Amino acid sequence: MLIKSLAAVFLAAILTENYVLSKFLGICPFLGVSKKLNTAVGMSVAVTFVMVISTAVTFPIYTYLLVPHDLGYLQTIVFILIIAGLVQLVEVVLKRYIPSLYKSLGVYLPLITTNCAILGVTMLVLQKVDSTTLYNYTYIHAIVNSLGAGIGFLVAMVMFAGVRQKMENCDIPKSLKGLPITLVAASLTALSFLGFSGFVDKLIPLS
Amino acid sequence: MNKKSYFHEFTKGIIKENPVLCLVLGTCPTLAVTTSASNAIGMGIAATLVLVCSNAVISMLRKVIPDKVRIPAYITIIAGFVTIVQMLVKAFSPSINDALGIYLPLIVVNCIILGRAEMYASKNKVIPSILDGLGMGIGFTAALLCMGIIRELFGCGTIFGISIMPVKILIFILPPGGFFVFGMLIALANKLNSKKGKKAADSPCSGCPMKSSCSKSESNAATDCATNGTSDKLNAGTADNESKSKGAIKC
Repeated sequence: MLIKSLAAVFLAAILTENYVLSKFLGICPFLGVSKKLNTAVGMSVAVTFVMVISTAVTFPIYTYLLVPHDLGYLQTIVFILIIAGLVQLVEVVLKRYIPSLYKSLGVYLPLITTNCAILGVTMLVLQKVDSTTLYNYTYIHAIVNSLGAGIGFLVAMVMFAGVRQKMENCDIPKSLKGLPITLVAASLTALSFLGFSGFVDKLIPLS
Repeated sequence: MNKKSYFHEFTKGIIKENPVLCLVLGTCPTLAVTTSASNAIGMGIAATLVLVCSNAVISMLRKVIPDKVRIPAYITIIAGFVTIVQMLVKAFSPSINDALGIYLPLIVVNCIILGRAEMYASKNKVIPSILDGLGMGIGFTAALLCMGIIRELFGCGTIFGISIMPVKILIFILPPGGFFVFGMLIALANKLNSKKGKKAADSPCSGCPMKSSCSKSESNAATDCATNGTSDKLNAGTADNESKSKGAIKC
């Protein structure tokens, strides 16, 4: 049952609740860094990395520190500071111990602090703890959910980078050039993800 | 500063430098909460409140905050005001609170607010900063309202809940509709701007406060020359890079 529910959470985070294309979180990097495939992949891996780590840290802090002391309203300010600190810490640690990883991800890390997908994931995960009645939503679910969210971001970025490369040589009306046509393409990509709605519930029935 | 330039600080954000349609900042809330006109207004007012207050405080503290840690300091100030606004909305308008959901606390990472703090409030006196925040906030609200009305009209056939059209095109309420309407509005803004001979908004990055480190990362990854020197510079905070290329991003 645990594995089944974890798989459902993971797939739902990638396909049906894709953070970019259905929740509109992390649109800035989605539109800004998706021109080339390698930068798109680098950015998404860095985002996934930070998402998982920050959920792993903020979840226990919220449940065991803020809630018991009636400080739930400090969530926003505490989380953004934790994320900002964590990004710095990850940067220092990577640089010191895993320089090869730092070389490929390091350049993206400073940008991630103000990426709304990270703060969004850490908060949405906690909302799910309150609202999910179907199964016991635990710490592991939260981690798997944020991993799925990161992978979903990666999938959307890679798909979209492909779409944009195809668009490079197209003849586009003058006022649609640049950002507008990119947004229309994003709209079509989002439309394709609508096709997944209900998919996970059918695939892995939980009840 | 005379009255005329005060007036200019206030009005520039509404049309000429509209944060959403011309500078393309704050895209996430623009796309997410504009499923109805009333949500759009709620979001706009909440963001305006935060923007005015944070601009005022940051402008007051601009000589106190050391340059190196200014981005974290701004984020803390903004997060404080967001928490206040969140509590106010929860107390006085629970329905808006439910409709905005996660996007209300996410005002913290809205690039309009950090962008104005960085580009305007940190360099100007308190009163112009407040007027700048107010103008930008109204411009943001107007753009959101515009999108909200279009999406609600086509998607539900209503405006502010009043039934107007019998036809409903559900897709306008769904995420793809958000991207599409936003793309079309920017295309319209580009068309109007090009008539006046102004440069069109071509990327979401031109007004973003993190732009310099972002473009740096892009060129770094492309040429794969993330040497220690450049990474160190990035490490020292995006602050330095930003101030260096400020001339380039000025918009």
